[in-house]
Amino acid sequence: MEIPIELVVSLSAILFGIGVVGALVRRNIIVILMSIELMLNAVNLAFVAFARMHGTNDGHVFVLIVITVAAAEVAVGLGIVISLFRNRDTTNVDDVSLLKW
Amino acid sequence: MSAELSLFYFFAALAVGSALSMVLNLRNTVASAMSLVITMVSLAAVYVLMEAHLVAVLQIMVYGGAIVVLFVFVVMLLNLRQDDFPPGRQRGAKALGVVLVVFAVIKLLALLPAALPDTVAALPEGFGGYRDVGTALFTRFILPFEATSLLLLSALVGAVVLAKRRLD
Repeated sequence: MEIPIELVVSLSAILFGIGVVGALVRRNIIVILMSIELMLNAVNLAFVAFARMHGTNDGHVFVLIVITVAAAEVAVGLGIVISLFRNRDTTNVDDVSLLKW
Repeated sequence: MSAELSLFYFFAALAVGSALSMVLNLRNTVASAMSLVITMVSLAAVYVLMEAHLVAVLQIMVYGGAIVVLFVFVVMLLNLRQDDFPPGRQRGAKALGVVLVVFAVIKLLALLPAALPDTVAALPEGFGGYRDVGTALFTRFILPFEATSLLLLSALVGAVVLAKRRLD
């Protein structure tokens, strides 16, 4: 018996919601980056589910590209975190609101 | 209930539980990173159940292997203290945001079963294997693939510039 597609897409929606909540409420910038990774993973899961539904490989190709973008984003994001910690001695986003009006 | 469906429920519960523990763990950032690993590996198992074998392998190699290790390295490098995070500002706006997200997800879950077809397409030969995905990647999707290489190069240069102490 097959796994119903709506179950997989529901799992993807729940994980995306958890990621959004994490990015909203947490103040540690490293955990915010992890929550963004969780959201990207939820999108990947939806791509894989829809690729299975249509029986084509196109979704898998997009997943590969999203994984690459996630890796690049983490490398640059953590570089920013390190230089931020060097200059301001904090990873709390509430302490780094210089560009906020 | 078939074996595949029970496996899916098991890994889905594992993924959601560890994702929640990642977000709700307020004290230990390394424990959050470990919860993220459990989420990634459970999702790789779900990918295998959806016949996406190449994506599952890459998920474990890139996410579990590279990205989470990068997170753990940075957490250890920064040596964070527990008292760095006092109760934050704008608590009302954040609570409103959480309520809105929960409402949107519940609404989406209610709409999903009617919006998706019940039947899935027949499984083609070699679906999700390295041969089929690789052929698609190097023929029809060659332009996004090359653009990705440009993105990786700029991310590499950017990370080096950011992490350097002083530019000469």
